[in-house]
Amino acid sequence: MSFTTVEIWAVIALLGLGTYLIRFSFLGLIGSRQMPPLVLKLLRYTPVAVLPGMVAPLVLWPAATGGEPDLARGLAALAAFAVGLATRNTIWAMIGGAIALYTMLFALG
Amino acid sequence: MAGSTPKSAYRRGIRDGAPFIIVLAPFSLLFGVVATEAGLTLAQMMGFNVLVIAGAAQFTAVSLMQEGAPIAIVLATALAVNLRMAMYSASLVPHLGAAALWQRAIASYMNVDQTYASSILEYERHPEMTPDEKMAYFFGISTPIVPCWFGFAIVGAAVGASIPPAFALDFALPIAFIAMVAPALRTLAHVAAAFTSMVMALTLAWVPSGLGLLIAAGCAMGVGALVETAMERRA
Repeated sequence: MSFTTVEIWAVIALLGLGTYLIRFSFLGLIGSRQMPPLVLKLLRYTPVAVLPGMVAPLVLWPAATGGEPDLARGLAALAAFAVGLATRNTIWAMIGGAIALYTMLFALG
Repeated sequence: MAGSTPKSAYRRGIRDGAPFIIVLAPFSLLFGVVATEAGLTLAQMMGFNVLVIAGAAQFTAVSLMQEGAPIAIVLATALAVNLRMAMYSASLVPHLGAAALWQRAIASYMNVDQTYASSILEYERHPEMTPDEKMAYFFGISTPIVPCWFGFAIVGAAVGASIPPAFALDFALPIAFIAMVAPALRTLAHVAAAFTSMVMALTLAWVPSGLGLLIAAGCAMGVGALVETAMERRA
């Protein structure tokens, strides 16, 4: 790492401060003031709008395989998705994904 | 919830948050390993964990620092990854906005993917919860999650590279996020938003880190709202 100790701590402090301000932005400053209905309607879709986009590249191009699509990881992702849809339960989906991942990694050597 | 109190909401939060230890522990452990391999001291690694407390951004920052990127680029990229939290913050306003400022200040600090996703889903399932119960639930969810995030990174730094890649710890994060999204696909609008997010994020993967995801998320929220409006008209 070419960064000096001072530079590393500067990154940590500034990133920490910036991240906190992002988190505090609406909740801290707007408080209980009423939000317009359109904004509320848009915000209803925040989780399903952000998380799939974050996950898709990680599933298709995993860093652990140098960005090459990987059968075991792809099937594990599908398993987690299918179990999540069927059970409507996050924990079962995680367990399903983990079982599929280790089974496939073992089976495919 | 009939007969519910802030205390029982807090306990329910702890119960719902505890299973996340299974997925956060490997993720936190992995950060400890990666940060140590990148040459960060234990104090610096914990500085990231405690002051930034945002996994994806921490990994982004450390990998850019390793590549020798300028400080401004490291900060801009890692903060872009965290911009989604402005949306989390905004979407919690209708639920937690009435709470005292000090409570909102602490909740903001602990507003991470897992605490946000669990809480917002609980609030949608139980709209009858009072503001006090909602805040108590949020603190309950955070109680097992936040210390777990701090603690396992220390273990990761200690064991370092002795965990074989065969354990595929890298994939704990995608599985966790998929497991959170799938049960949330309740309506056609949710499905349309998720699909838009995925397709656009993949199409915009060439856009410098974080920004493509932001554009994709913005469009996906718009699609969700549009489909919801269209369904209302048809009904």
